[in-house]
Amino acid sequence: MTDINRQREALIERVLDGAGTAAQSERQAAFENAGLADPLKTFIQKVATQATAVTDRDIAVVLASGLTEDQIFEIVICAAVGQSARQYNSAHAALDLAISEE
Amino acid sequence: MRLSILDKGHSFGSKALFAFIRLVTRQPTPEILKLIGYRPDFFGAYMKKVTHEAMRGSSAWSVGDRELMAAFVSRANACEFCIKAHSAVAVRAYGDGPKVTAALSDLEAAPMSEPLRATLRMLGKLTREQSVGADDMGSVLAAGVTPQQIEDALAVCFAFNTINRLAETFAFSVPGPKAFEAGAKFLLVHGYR
Repeated sequence: MTDINRQREALIERVLDGAGTAAQSERQAAFENAGLADPLKTFIQKVATQATAVTDRDIAVVLASGLTEDQIFEIVICAAVGQSARQYNSAHAALDLAISEE
Repeated sequence: MRLSILDKGHSFGSKALFAFIRLVTRQPTPEILKLIGYRPDFFGAYMKKVTHEAMRGSSAWSVGDRELMAAFVSRANACEFCIKAHSAVAVRAYGDGPKVTAALSDLEAAPMSEPLRATLRMLGKLTREQSVGADDMGSVLAAGVTPQQIEDALAVCFAFNTINRLAETFAFSVPGPKAFEAGAKFLLVHGYR
């Protein structure tokens, strides 16, 4: 594995499995953008697919649901990393297929 | 920032570093540093390595090419902070402002090599649509881009799709051109470590 792949894997492993204030199950669900309940579900959907649409109110609603700022920090990072990882995996699979078809 | 911890929750060491940067640059602390510097053991320290390797590691793409890729991905995500930050670095790296402006405003008409154009086209589609297919990659390979170059471009894409989402979610404030110039100067010399 190249350095960049090792570093990417290390990042993903750290945010999902390492120590944090948010539950691992919530971090994993945010990474996958699946299995969350509202208000987190709606909020993370925005983070993953249309982050420019996130508003102050979205954060306020999630805070009011009982999450701390540190938990939100971790969960948002997991969502962002997860979406980027899915893009990367799709592209890498497409590249492998294109090369095999050459 | 939408989370107060990203404005005020940093360690004493990070706060001292931010104060030093403000003194030297005479600009506000860049929002990206506040993000990366908050609990770096959770995210920032790892993300710095990923980003530095993507943007400054060994590659057939130049630094300017990779900064342009970062700006292009950021434009696809409509992340104003990142568009401006990485356009500034690309302009400085290339020594060619119009090249960067043209690439970001009309990819198909902009003067650039076909391999770079084909790669940016693919990164744009991947960013907007969340996936690409074998045909898309076939087009990039047919333009003369090597598989390693595609991998290198995907590394930039991963880094900036992540950072763009965080910048927008946490509401990075967008400073003026002088701040981005100062940032570009620093990033060209020091990279992302």
